[in-house]
Amino acid sequence: MVTAEQVWEAFEEIPDPEIPVISLVELGVIRDVTVDGDRVHVAFTPTFLGCPALEVMKRALEEKVSALGGDPDVEVVSDDAWSTDRISAAGHEKLRAAGFAPPAPRAAGPTTLVELRSKAFRCPYCGSTETTLENIFGPTPCRSIRFCESCRQPFEQFKTI
Amino acid sequence: MSARSDLLLSIADDELIVGWRDSEWTGIAPTLEEDVAFSSIAQNEIGHARALYELAAAELGTNADALAFDRAPDEYRCAPLVELHLLEWAHTIARRYLYEEADRVRIDALMRSDDPELAGLAAKIDREETYHRMHAEMWAERLRDEPRFRAAVEELWPYALGVLEPELRPELARRVGLEPATAKERGEHTPDLAELWNEMTEVRRSEPGAEW
Repeated sequence: MVTAEQVWEAFEEIPDPEIPVISLVELGVIRDVTVDGDRVHVAFTPTFLGCPALEVMKRALEEKVSALGGDPDVEVVSDDAWSTDRISAAGHEKLRAAGFAPPAPRAAGPTTLVELRSKAFRCPYCGSTETTLENIFGPTPCRSIRFCESCRQPFEQFKTI
Repeated sequence: MSARSDLLLSIADDELIVGWRDSEWTGIAPTLEEDVAFSSIAQNEIGHARALYELAAAELGTNADALAFDRAPDEYRCAPLVELHLLEWAHTIARRYLYEEADRVRIDALMRSDDPELAGLAAKIDREETYHRMHAEMWAERLRDEPRFRAAVEELWPYALGVLEPELRPELARRVGLEPATAKERGEHTPDLAELWNEMTEVRRSEPGAEW
């Protein structure tokens, strides 16, 4: 019989469909795995509600559970339990190495335009904080575009949510 | 239909239709940055609509796609503000700004709801909306003294009031600094909605029951 540990281990092999350097476990979107006989219940939280990768992720989770011989029951939980603070330290490092600036930690209140325009964001290529906001929005809902004045390189910044 | 489903459908319809309208700038916005911004905002709003439809669908024994696409135009509960076909930048920004302000007042109220599913979803939506508000705030700040923008805000103000229940309207008026006015109420649709619906549901209607 499949165990929750085996399921968690298998999920570590599932890459994020849009940023494949990081796994779904490192992304922090798997909230809970409960095994009851053959039935494996997985509680999964979307990052952004309009994320087109949602269905792909759900299917990948179901396939992994089936491959282990379990009967998958993946529940998508749309509450505010996921935030970018759930991305693991290893996940942050992998994002940075791939050229994505990881999200800043969540402050007590919501992010403000003043903060986004400040010099608090570090370039993932050269480490400089001389970076400017180019666009609040980017190629996917979870990213903004910044520009590094030091190495003259545009880069993608994970939004803090 | 329960009051809860009714409320969920009103908000979901607003988000779906405003998302559709915002997506009309994809490919033709005045700058590349705005093309990306409007496309991203549209994607988020339609994502919110899906989550809200799913909550309603669980209660009504249907699914999100059926609620989004299989109803007749007059069954939609969206506010006239989101229906308007506005391919003009000052009006588009005025609507984004007014819609985000009204939506913020509504989400704040939902987050205080004693229905845990609704309050949880509202809190999640709120995190994403933070970035839409910043975008709207940035533009409102930039265009504040432009007569074309001021005129568009004033023209759309009665429509913005119609997004909210009467008890939430004073808060909206306070936030945007405009005097209370007679609202363009939800319930009577503009001709623009039928036109939008025709286009939005065209593919789905072409093959009823197909799995896409």
